[in-house]
This record gives sequence, structure tokens and C-alpha cells, in this order.
Amino acid sequence: MIKKQLQLSTLTFLFSLLLLSVQAQITFPQNGVYDNRDGHYAFTNATIYKSFNEKIENATLVIKDGKVVAIGSRIPVPEGAVVIDLKNKKTIYPGFIDMYSSYGIPEAKRERNSGGAGYFSAGQQKLSKKKGAYSWNQALKPEFRAHEHFTIDEKAAKDYRDNGFSAVMTHQEDGLSRGTSTFVTLGSGREHTVLLKEKAAHVLSFKKGVSTQSYPGSLMGGIALFRQTYMDAKWYQEHGHKNEKNISLEAWNEISELPQIFDVRDKLEVLRAAKMGKEFGINYIFKGNGDEYKRLQEIKAFKPTFILPLNFPSAYDVEDPYDAMAIPLSDMKHWELAPSNPARLANAGIDFAWTTKGLKKKSTFWKNIKKAIKQGLTEEQALKALTHTPAQLMGVADRIGSLEAGKLANFLITSGNIFGEKTKIHHNWINGKVFVLKDLEEPDMDGTYALKVGQQNFELVVDGKMKIKINDTTSIDVKHNYSKGLITLSFPPSKEETKIIRLSGTTSDEDKTWSGNATTIDGNWVSWTATRTGDKKEKSKEKSKKKGKKKKDNKKEGNQDDASGPVLYPFMAHGWSKQPTQNTYLIKNATVWTNEQEGILKNADVLVVNGKISAIGNTPKAQGGQIIDGTGMHLTPGIIDEHSHIAISRGVNECTQESTAEVSIGDVVNSEDINIYRQLAGGVTTAQLLHGSCNPIGGQSAIIKLRWGLAPEAMKLEGAPGFIKFALGENVKRSTWNNNDRFPGTRMGVEQVYRDYFTRAKEYSAKKGKTDHRVDLDLETVLEVLNSERFITCHSYVQSEINMLMKVADEMNFKVNTFTHILEGYKVADKMARHGAAGSSFADWWAYKYEVIHAIPYNGAIMHREGVITSFNSDDAEMARRLNQEAAKAVKYGGLSEEDALKFVTLNPAIMLHIEDRVGSIKVGKDADLVLWSENPLSVYAKAQMTFIDGIKYFDRKEDEQKRIEISTERNRLIQKMLAEKKGGGKTQAFKGRRMHHYHCDDMEDEMND
Amino acid sequence: MKYIIKTLLFSFVLSSGFAQQTPAPPQDQAIAIIGAIAHIGDGKVIQNSIITFENGKITNVADASTVRIDRNKFGKIIEAGGKHVYPGFIAPGSQLGLVEIGAVSATRDAYELGDLNPNIRSIIAFNTDSEVIPTTRNNGVLLAQITPRGGWISGQSSIVELDAWNWEDAAYKIDEGIHLNWPRISRWSWRTQTVSKNKDYDKQVTEIEDYLTEARAYIDAKNRLAKNLKFEAMRGLFNGSKKLYIHVNDIKSMTQAVLIAKKHKIRAVLVGGRDSWMIADFLKENNTAVILNKAHDLPPTVDSDIDQTFKTAAILQKAGVLFCFYMGDSPMQERNLPFQAGHAVGFGLDKEAAVSALSLNAAKILGIDKTVGSLTPGKDATLFISTGDALDYRGNHLEFAFIRGKEISLDDKQKALYRKYSKKYNHKIK
Repeated sequence: MIKKQLQLSTLTFLFSLLLLSVQAQITFPQNGVYDNRDGHYAFTNATIYKSFNEKIENATLVIKDGKVVAIGSRIPVPEGAVVIDLKNKKTIYPGFIDMYSSYGIPEAKRERNSGGAGYFSAGQQKLSKKKGAYSWNQALKPEFRAHEHFTIDEKAAKDYRDNGFSAVMTHQEDGLSRGTSTFVTLGSGREHTVLLKEKAAHVLSFKKGVSTQSYPGSLMGGIALFRQTYMDAKWYQEHGHKNEKNISLEAWNEISELPQIFDVRDKLEVLRAAKMGKEFGINYIFKGNGDEYKRLQEIKAFKPTFILPLNFPSAYDVEDPYDAMAIPLSDMKHWELAPSNPARLANAGIDFAWTTKGLKKKSTFWKNIKKAIKQGLTEEQALKALTHTPAQLMGVADRIGSLEAGKLANFLITSGNIFGEKTKIHHNWINGKVFVLKDLEEPDMDGTYALKVGQQNFELVVDGKMKIKINDTTSIDVKHNYSKGLITLSFPPSKEETKIIRLSGTTSDEDKTWSGNATTIDGNWVSWTATRTGDKKEKSKEKSKKKGKKKKDNKKEGNQDDASGPVLYPFMAHGWSKQPTQNTYLIKNATVWTNEQEGILKNADVLVVNGKISAIGNTPKAQGGQIIDGTGMHLTPGIIDEHSHIAISRGVNECTQESTAEVSIGDVVNSEDINIYRQLAGGVTTAQLLHGSCNPIGGQSAIIKLRWGLAPEAMKLEGAPGFIKFALGENVKRSTWNNNDRFPGTRMGVEQVYRDYFTRAKEYSAKKGKTDHRVDLDLETVLEVLNSERFITCHSYVQSEINMLMKVADEMNFKVNTFTHILEGYKVADKMARHGAAGSSFADWWAYKYEVIHAIPYNGAIMHREGVITSFNSDDAEMARRLNQEAAKAVKYGGLSEEDALKFVTLNPAIMLHIEDRVGSIKVGKDADLVLWSENPLSVYAKAQMTFIDGIKYFDRKEDEQKRIEISTERNRLIQKMLAEKKGGGKTQAFKGRRMHHYHCDDMEDEMND
Repeated sequence: MKYIIKTLLFSFVLSSGFAQQTPAPPQDQAIAIIGAIAHIGDGKVIQNSIITFENGKITNVADASTVRIDRNKFGKIIEAGGKHVYPGFIAPGSQLGLVEIGAVSATRDAYELGDLNPNIRSIIAFNTDSEVIPTTRNNGVLLAQITPRGGWISGQSSIVELDAWNWEDAAYKIDEGIHLNWPRISRWSWRTQTVSKNKDYDKQVTEIEDYLTEARAYIDAKNRLAKNLKFEAMRGLFNGSKKLYIHVNDIKSMTQAVLIAKKHKIRAVLVGGRDSWMIADFLKENNTAVILNKAHDLPPTVDSDIDQTFKTAAILQKAGVLFCFYMGDSPMQERNLPFQAGHAVGFGLDKEAAVSALSLNAAKILGIDKTVGSLTPGKDATLFISTGDALDYRGNHLEFAFIRGKEISLDDKQKALYRKYSKKYNHKIK
């Protein structure tokens, strides 16, 4: 048997030739003599990971023509193969996969001078600027095919390869629908040979990207657009295509069977997209943000898979105590907990792949994987995420992700365990072609050496870096280079010297002695030797080994770093580490404002059982549970805010069309808004989260209970009826815009919008039975109003427009449920009462815009006396903290009784929201949404002491004081930890805060441009 | 002539039309208020008081159980048993009369162009006929500091009485201070939607200090040929006749502002003072007063104590820092000034200290306490009678209000509309 036994040192030369030959493209003309080689190699005596969970020792890997031919521990080395003996020192891994990138794809460019960006300066762009038979919306590009635009980017590829990657998924990171991604290997040569799966996945996001079109301008608009598109695509496939050609919808359908990858900004967007996907039977693969652990249980319920970034934040600069105050606890905690995210997901049974996207340097990826392993991720789980899972997700597991006969020869040769501290990658083989990162035979040079240059003696220390040791604290850096047995060193002979000694010589593997010739600082040639004297780092190595063992033990138990703080719900200061639960409560001897016929009961008891009010009176039987002494205190129903804009993510207005009935605040409820907690402290238990007042027909609202700590869906009041925001007047006609070009521009036009929409909704309704009917979510919602399935809350100020809408409603056969703001309601209160419209007003605001110059604080009193169901609302995160005081203004202005005044913020809003069967009064059987006040709730001095929702105590003033101590303690612990990190040489960053959104009706910047 | 008014006839006031259009004539008869709970303004209360005033000045404040008066000497005697009398409340930092309707630019006169405008004078733009003024007055606010906004140095404020024919008539203390907006320590980036440190902060503070130094040099020079109107306007800062109102909120900036004012021997007052509670002792040591932003505001950060804005006043009081409240940018909110103090009482502020913050302490901070701000003989008879606790919504009902003894109208546009529409619907109103 003849073996071509080659010296390792000559291999590299051979490899460089391979570059030209193996990858030859068969359809291309050849210039010169054909030189086809079969790339036949046998790697022997290796530790091989065939897959993430199958390791074989002392094994052989045989590859040929870019594929694995054989792999195993007892296979013969075939004839004609180049044998590379790895001498039982090296490890082979399947090549790694980065699941999310823009590698080799041109960046999308934003057109200049177009609408959409500056809301108040530029006009709106109503339709896509893309020419041709494509989607009406510029951010929907399902027809984009990444593989058609892909070119090899050698520089970027090298960066990936240097970190062990052999394949990536890549796409154009732009738009809501980004079309297909493509899956490529990171080889060089021609594109033809690296495209592994040309249409790999359909990639989607909630980011509009470079689209200059105005719609969608909010997250809820984006979600509505997706819903409509899913429905349109189905309709097009079944009927629509007969009458029109739509390349985008066709493309959408064409790629619907591919994996659907959704790029999200945070954990709540995971929940939003997952819920939306579920409606259409789609289980997305999420490109997450690394904060999934903050809502893990809810996310887990959707059984999703993830592509995770390893974007762990570095510690913050906290040395200046005042500057440190600006850093929220949530950011500090995320710094600590982010590395535990992969382990937490893995332990929850969620599969994930990884991406280097979002890292400034790809090498950080490895640093961070090791951090994740420290936090409890097993090496097997880490390896799975690098190999098996991405291959599986992309449907290419038959070709990559593991090493088996027939699969691609994509693998790494490393100096040892890839997760080890000092492990180096020697080779990255892609499609049977090698990329050398570090010479296989480069010796392990670490140790101490006695260096003799001519007559001079030095102590040389090699530990990754090379240094001349002067004494325990001083050393001189040595520049060095190693190449094929030749070693060069250069350094100044002392700290003070600026001239350099230069050495060149050879190394010997056997006796670890180096020798050669040197030029001294005077330019004389002398000989030099370096004799190994010991393993410098032996001691500390042992130490770290021990440590490693300890950590391994931890890993087995699946423990995270014990020193880490708890996850808070929501993940911020004032969040819970343990969610409060329902309890039986007996509130004794309080003044009880029932809002029922009983009126205000003195020295009364209220019993709460199973989240409901179970008894009211002087001696209801306590059935265990907790007794609360209400002596001297007042108990009222929880406050209900009819008009709120708290707890909303990314946009309160979808401003871009005169009707956006298709959008819903319910899709963008934000459970992580501190204002929820602050308002609990003001006694608020229920709020209607309204769309803004940008357009005559706005979006659908969400009615939530302020269940602090729960996820968005769990905050929504179960079974609450649907509402929609309408709006009249200045905001709608855009009085403050420089050059509004969206209809309507006057109150006259506003009327016509309603007449038009309701007419069209009726026509739409008539066509609904037909088979080729296209569902229009906008008109569908307007139709719900006509069918009394959805109620209107209409932003309104002046009497003319209020009158108008009631007239249109009467003629068109629908009802205006509530006029909100309604500051001139007092002028048409009789008409409102006749129509049956409720009025929800500010207590005393006026003079902030022209249409409120006749607003009066007596408005509430007059409407009430005229028989209109009347409430006061906040429309403001601050005012909602003291709606009891706003109610008191109905006593001050207009002389209402205190009992009636309190109803303005409790029972009356419940009635107008059609939830009075659940909330709004203290009545047996109703939800135990209660507030215990320090004194008469209408007093300016009153404080909510406890706030209950569903019999769960969500706020307690005493516990709040405890919370403040906990926040301060936890902040201090983290600050000390960050200071220690910095002292230990860890990276730090200056903090950049995000703005807190306190929305009002007329906030309307574009929230979809990233 | 002698009137004895036992109870207030609200309906009389309500039916008197747009009486606020006619400022009251000067006091032409001696008036006595008998039996009221008198909140002096300095922290004291007289449960059963006698308050007399003549020719616009308070002549006597005494305990009715020990002091008797000759009723015949008074043209008008108001029996006010169980009711409350307060010194007129003072609204600092106000845009009343400068801004009528926030969203209509033609009605806005608070922000001048330019960064350094010490010469700008708010008083000349003060519109005595603003419809917002009577609604403010009706909750007990009888004086206001009319304050320009914008730039680094916004201009000069003046203190006015809220019942006048024109700004000259209204002026109580003209051009009494200059308003400086301290550079922001952090910066908001619209593009990245993030807040980060203002890297130019130190430079900007230096520029402001340089400007003060330059102004000083200009003023100290004996023979200046070319006049600089801006520096001329700052003369008062250096001779003690004008205060420097520094609008500033965070700890670092407040500390620096106090130190720089001290170095330049300028009498400074901090306006805003969000984080003042954290450096209360420092403020006390430096004898620096704070015009505190309204209690009805959100805490500065997510991590902040949720009650912080309610509690700050009590902390300042305990530390002995002189403070008062201001409402910020919205003139129509000025009428809620008394309730800021009330709300702070719920969170630990002493009740009479709350009254002081609205009256005497505000007067001290604005430098008008020699003539107004408390129920003290010799001071202006600028006071009001409320049926109940004026710091609480349910008690704040003015029956009488006097500005320098003039009995001012308590009607306003909103009351008139209330009457008009109540009549339309046949609602019986009190």
C-alpha cells in the first residue's frame, strides 16, 4: 500500500493551490490546462465531534470532492488520500452556522426628499414608490430574492471564518417583509459554489426600514398590515389572481412554505408576533434580542424557536454616583442576567441557533458564549446552537450541521475543546477546502525561558504574549512572530532603552530550545539561545481547572450564577420578584362608598373571596384570610380611567389615513410601563387605552386592568367589549401642520369621511356573502360599529361637530357611545342625552388650543344634570395618578354631591365602557377592585393605602416603602459588582437612556423607522 | 354707610355678568372681617380673628376673643365665622397674560428669539385682559410673577397684581429678576432615541460664567462709550437689586449654579429644583431658595420613588430651605397652584407651611415680602375669604377677594357660560 505521507509543513502550500482547482465551475470556460483534483484527505488520530452530542476519540475523517466520505474510529485510510496526522492533539468540529446576517447582500438605500419621516414638515406618501405590479406598501417586499443579489464578500467571509463559521443565512435587512433569505457557505471562489439553499426562509420584521411610505407609522399599524396581507394573499390565491396581477402577493404565497423568520426588537414583540402568527397558523422562528428571559413563561407557551444574538451589554460607568442615578435598575440587572438568557431558554426546552449580528467584533461572540456557559448553558447545548439547530431550522441538516458520509466537508480543526479558554482554531474547512487560521504545527510555546543574547541574559515569559521579565512588577513587551519553524523576536534590552535587539532563529519541538542569530542595539551579530526552564502558568492553570470543575457541577444542576439577582416582573424597578396572589380579605370598619343604592356606609365591612366581593355589611363572616382594619379609612371601587394612553408600545396614533379602523391598541399593550404601578398608587384599577386623535376613524382600543407584573394579554379585561376611537376637530384637520395634504382639512370634510365610510361599510356588508369577497379589515371594523358590536369613543370639543356626528349616526343607524374630552358637551347636553351618548371630560382643562376656549369646569356638572352619563378622565400619565382629585373638582365647580362626584371616576366610566357588571361599584358578586384611602377620597390629602384588583393586592403603601429599600439595595449591589468588573479590567460603557413615552392624543411621530 | 353682610349671596355674583372686565376701584371704606380662621402666612393661625384694612393696607389682625373693635368705624363688616382668610396666593414663574391659547402662536408671547436676552422685559407684553386671569384669581391666586421663557437667558420677569386696567396699572415690582436656563446635563438624540450626557455641558457652563464676568467688567468700567443694552439690563444683578432665577433641576447643575452665583455675589433662586431634596442641607447652608416645580408631576426616572414629586416640599421644609411652588408652562393650570401645596401636605408638608409656601415664602423669594404675602398690619390688604380649606378642592370657594383693599370681582367667563347654559336647561344652581 502506498501512502502519500506528507509533512504538515508542506500542506499549506498545497492548500493554496487547492483554492484554484477544486472550486472550478463546470459551466465556465477554462483558461489553460485542466487541473482537477479530488481534494482527497484523511485526518487521522483526531477527536471528532460527529455532531453536537456525538464525540469519538482517536478517529479518522476522510473527505473527497468537498464531501465527507467516511468518519469513524476504525476506518482505514484510503488509497490516494493525503494523510494529516492530528496526533491525538486536535479536535474536529462540524463547521458553525450564523443564522442571521446580511453577508454579501447590498444594503437597501433610503430615497431622499420623500414624505413619511418628518410628520409636520413633509406631506404624506400614501402609496409605494416602487414601480411595477407590486404591493401597495413599500415595506412589503416578499418578491425580494436575496440569492439574486448575493456576491461573495471576501473580507466579511474571512471575519466569519476566523471565528469558526462555515455557513450563514443572509438577507437584505430591510422592511416588514424582506423576501427570501439565502443560505450560503463562506467559501471563496464563485457565488455558484457557495449558494447552499437559494431560497432559505421568508424574513419579516416590525421595522419599516427604508420605506418612505407613511403607512404604517406605528407598531399596531404594522401588525394590522401583516394581518391584511395574510388575508389578501389567501384571497389572491383563490380569487384575486383572476382579475389582477400582484407580483408581491404571488411571491408571498410562493414563499409561504419556507421557514418564516421574524426579527423582533424585544421580548414583547416576540409575544405580539407569535400571537399574530398563531392566527394564521404560523410558528415563527424569532430573531430575538437576548431579553427573552424577561417573559420566558409566556414566550415558551408559543413553542417558538429562536435565533439569539450574544449581545451581552458591558458594565456601565458608575464611578460618578450622580451619573449612575440615570441608569435604570432594569439596565443594570440586564447587564447581570443577559448572559443567563441562553441557559434559561435551553432549560425551558426552547431550541435556538445563534448569530453574531449586533456585535461590533465577531470575536466577542466567543467571549460571550463562554459567559453563557458560565451561567449554566452546557457545552452540548452551545454546540447544538452552533451546528445542529440552525441546520435543522434551515432544512439543510442533510448536508451540514454534523459530519457524516455524504455531507459537506465543512469542519474545523481546533487545538482542543472549542469552549476552552486558550483553544485556537487551526483550520476552517469549507466544502472540502481549507482556510488556515493558525499553523497546525505551531508549537505550544507557553512557559519560561532563559534567554541568552550574546553575553546578555534575560528571563523570557510566554503566556500567549511574550515578555521579558525585569522584576515582579516590570516587564518589557516582546514582539514576535512564528512561521514554519522560524521564530523572530524583537525588544529593547531595558525599559529605558529605545533601541531594539532583533533575533531570528529556529525552534525545536523535542527539547523546546530556540536558537539563532541576533543583531544587538549596536548592529553587531551575536548568537542567541532560549532554553525552556518551566511551565510558568502551571499553578494558575490548576486553579482554573479546579474552578472549571466547580462550575461544571453547577451546570449539572442547571444553576445560574448564584450571586445574580432575581428576574423581576415586569423587568424594572418596582417589578415583582414574586407576583402577588389572590387572598381572602376582610376589610373592617371602613367608610364604604358603594356607588349603589346603599350609598356611603359608615363603619362597614367588606369581604373579598376568590377575587370577588362576597359580602358587604357590618358583620359578614370571615372565612379565614386576612383582616384589614379600615378604621378611619374610606373604601371605594377602583378608579376607572376612560381615556388613557399609558402602557402602549411604539405609537399611539396610526396617523396615516383618514380611517385606520384596522389597527388595535390591543396588539401593542405594554406591560412594562412604570405608569401602571404609579397609577395603582393613585387607586386606578381599570383603564381604556385609546388610539390617538389623529384621524376621523382611529384605531381600536384595549381595556385593561392594571395587573402590574402580568404580561400584556393577561392585563386585558376578559370579555370587555370592543371600542374604537373616532376624532373630530383640530387634530383631525391637522391645524398645527405646516402643509397638511391628507383629507380632511376642515370640519366639513370630517363629516364627509364618516358619510363615505359608513356608506362603503354598508355596501361592503352587502357583498360579504359572495365567494370572491375580499376581507377588508378597515371596513370590517366600521361594520362592527354599524352592527352594534363595537362602541365608539369620540374625541370631540365643539358643539357643531358633536351635533354633526350624532346626526350622521342617527341617519346611518349607529350610535355614538361616548364623546371623550367633549369640552363643549354642556352646550349640547340635551341632544347628547337624547342620543344616549355618554360624556367623558377633563375636569378643568381649557385654553390650550383654540377649540377649547369655551371649555368650562362646570361641563361635567351640566352634562350630569342633563342626564348624560358623565366621567372625568386623564388622557395623561400624571393626572391619572390623582383622578380622585379630578373628581373633587366636580364638587368645587358645579356643586355635585361627593357621592356623584366619585362616580365620575368609578361607576360612570364603567357604565360607558359596558363593564359595569364587573366593576365600578362595591356590590356582592362584582370584581374585588377596591381602593382603601387614608381619608375621604375627594380630599386633596387622601392617599390610596391599598389597591386591589380581582382580590389581589397590587399596591400597598407600606410594601411600597419596602420596595424602595429593595430597589436601593439591589442598585447598590449591582453598582459594586460593576465597579469590581471595571477594576478587574472588564469593559465598561457610558449609559444611554431611552426616552420614556408618555403619550397623549396628538403624539404622532413615525415609530416604525427602527 | 354701613353694610352688614352675613352670608355671601353667590347668585348676586353669578348674575353680575362679565364683571371681571372691570377692574375694581380703590378701597374707599374701611373693611373688617370678623370671626374667620386667619391663616397669617407665617405659619400662625388665629381661629377666631378680626382683620381690618383701610386705604389698601391692613390695619389690624387680632384674636376676636380678646380684642374688640368699634364697628361704626367700618364701612363694611364681613361676618366670616368658620370661614378661612388667607393672604393672596402668589404664582411665580407664570406665563399668565403672555400666553392666551397654547396652540395658537398668535397668542403666544413668552419665547423670544435668541439665546442671551437679559434685556427682554415680560411686563410690557402682559395682557391684563386675558380671560385666564379671572379663573386663576378665583382660586385665591392674586399676584403673579410674569416670566419670559426660552434661550439661555430668557429675560426679565415682573410681579403683577391680577386685577388691573393695563400693565402699568398691574405692575407690582418691575424687572425684578433675570431668568437663566442652566445648560442641560444630558442630551436627547432624536435620531437614536436615546438620552446621553451633554458633552458640551462644561463648555456651556463656562460660557455662561464668562458672560457674567463680561457683564460685570462692562458695568464696572467707568467710561463706556458704546452701550450694550444686554449688559445694562444685568446691572441690577451685581448691585443686589435684581435676582437671578436659575431654572435648573439636577443635582450637579444645581450645585454648580449655587456655587457660581455665590462666587459672583449674585442673589440666586433656583427654579424647578427637581432633585433639590437630595441637596437640601447644601441649599440651606448657602441660603438658597427654591421655586419648586409643581407636585403634580411625574417622578424623574423609572427607579424614582413614585411619590417623589409629592414629597420634595416636605423634605425641603424639614431642612429649613425656603421654597414655594410654581405651575410651569401652562397658564390655565395656575388656578391649581393651591392644590400643589395641598397635595404636598398629604405627603408630610406641614399645613401652615404649605400656606406659607403659597404666600409669605413666595413673597420672600420674590423679594416683595415687606409689603405683601402675609396678614400683617402695614402690609397690603391683598387677601381672600374662602368658605373652607383653600388648599382642598372641596373647601376652595372664594367669597371675597381683595387686592390692596380693592374688592375684586369673582366672576369669570366660565361662570358666565355656566349660568347661561344652566338657564337654558332650567338647572337650579347655587
